[in-house]
Amino acid sequence: MKHIPAVHAEGLVKSFGDFRAVDGVDLHVEQGEIYGVLGPNGAGKTTMLKMLATLLPIDGGRAEIFGVDVRRDPHRTRQLLGVTGQYASVDENLTANENLWLFGRLQGVSSRTSRATAARLLEQFGLQEAANKPISQFSGGMRRRLDLAASLITRPPLIFLDEPTTGLDPRTRGQMWDTIRELVAGGCTVLLTTQYLDEADQLAGRIAVIDRGRKVAEGTPDELKASVGNSTLRLRLTEPADQPVAAQVVRRLLGEDPVLSPESGRLNVALDAADRAADVLISLREAGVGVTSVSVDAPTLDEVFLALTGHGTGEGADPSATADDRELEVAR
Amino acid sequence: MTMQLTRPMPLAEPKRLTAADVAARTTSHNSVGQTLSQTMSMAWRATKKMRRNPEQFFDVTIQPLLFTAMFAYLLGGGLSGSVQAYLPLVIPGILAQTALTACMATGVQLREDMEKGVFDRFKSLPMARIAPLAGPMVADLLRYAIASTLTFLTGIAMGYRPGGGVAGVVLAILLTMIAGWSLAWVFTWVGTLARSAQSVQGISMMIMFPLTFMSNALVPVETLPGWLAAFVKVNPVSYVVTATRDLANDGQVTGHVGWAIVACAAVIAIFAPLSVRGYKRHL
Repeated sequence: MKHIPAVHAEGLVKSFGDFRAVDGVDLHVEQGEIYGVLGPNGAGKTTMLKMLATLLPIDGGRAEIFGVDVRRDPHRTRQLLGVTGQYASVDENLTANENLWLFGRLQGVSSRTSRATAARLLEQFGLQEAANKPISQFSGGMRRRLDLAASLITRPPLIFLDEPTTGLDPRTRGQMWDTIRELVAGGCTVLLTTQYLDEADQLAGRIAVIDRGRKVAEGTPDELKASVGNSTLRLRLTEPADQPVAAQVVRRLLGEDPVLSPESGRLNVALDAADRAADVLISLREAGVGVTSVSVDAPTLDEVFLALTGHGTGEGADPSATADDRELEVAR
Repeated sequence: MTMQLTRPMPLAEPKRLTAADVAARTTSHNSVGQTLSQTMSMAWRATKKMRRNPEQFFDVTIQPLLFTAMFAYLLGGGLSGSVQAYLPLVIPGILAQTALTACMATGVQLREDMEKGVFDRFKSLPMARIAPLAGPMVADLLRYAIASTLTFLTGIAMGYRPGGGVAGVVLAILLTMIAGWSLAWVFTWVGTLARSAQSVQGISMMIMFPLTFMSNALVPVETLPGWLAAFVKVNPVSYVVTATRDLANDGQVTGHVGWAIVACAAVIAIFAPLSVRGYKRHL
């Protein structure tokens, strides 16, 4: 028997007035994979997901979920997917337990089975102690976990995760990642959106990069990162005047120009492999160029973007940036 | 398209869905039974919400006490010669009025509710689109019951002696609940259309005031100028008020009761489909 793709979309369009939030995106997600949609705020990720989840009408193009036409058959589509939004979509007036029970009941699960499923999910997500507490007492991470649990009651074969870890602390983030991996191990297909390259890198088998409503790149995380080098060496020179010499050393060694910022004597070098950093440092010392600070980082979304689109994400001070990003901001 | 793996696959290859599996897994629409069950689940949610926000009961507890006393003492002497004589006329009127105020809150609360994240989930579930609208309205039957009972109790405390006896009063309360539930569809429709809870409140006020005051709830129709009497006579609230008077004061199930129920049915037939359409458009 022929397998059908979990998601197949061609030329998806969503306009708000003159503004095309999603502008002809094709998407193909195979069953059993984690597919990441990467892009900055306002790139159209959530809008795209909402169209696929029947939460927004599709203005142009077509989409199929497991071969079911989303536009023609929204009711069938809804039975095939679970949606976990950017903001926890659980009921603030109910307890965790009541929430899960209600969502089960609304999908035709019997009261008893619904209760049992709720208990099992709460335990699985480490929420059993908070089962009967009002949601208002939940932390951000707990809400997010409950939200995901609520999507799993009827074990839908496809899960949409809209920025599942935005605003979470690193530990909670890691837990969320583990949960997502377990889902896929259990046979689920996951389509997730994220602003973080490292998240897409950690989870997704394939990534689409979305910018201003268009898909600007698609590939494995490694392919994407290769387009900007696998890591970035950041240097600050003792003497800003040494920059031309340093640039020449790098060019000779790697065959590539570093990115210079003349005022501060900074130098960013894209590397194929992190251990090339040592070569660069040794060559600089041999050339007599002093270095005051060194760091090797994975390329940021901003750098991937710059490489792919020729412009940055336009988010100098993103309040939801991770700790790593914020350190970078400070360093800049 | 081949799938690139960056992570080891799970040991057991999970079963892949085929078109046949999908067809077997999904249904094309909700059955009537499913729709009812979903509505009752949403009603359950609304009662939980009420219990946790008791201020939702203010309008149905304070208003019957206040309005009954206020209108009876204010208008009784002028309209009927005495407060005592006015009570049989005004109590059924206040009944309809408080029920209508209570259903106005239905629209406002729906609008507030729809702005919350949880409604995104409701919309993404394969549930009947009417369930999130009808559910809270079923729970609101409780509010109408409280409002009408309190109105009668206040009236009785003020000296009202309903001629219809217990049976007449119970039937009058039941009719008020039916009427409240039907008219709530009007405000639910407004709730699905307006941009904010505040504008729902504003629009609903403009619907509620003419509906209640331009009826026979507080004054006899005979005292009105012709053009106003014409509106008052077609106002569904008038039918309900007349029918409630027949039930509570005379204990008779008259033709007016039948017409009141027909009027309620007509309101539902018009505004329930409009509400569902308005709700769908919000998606």
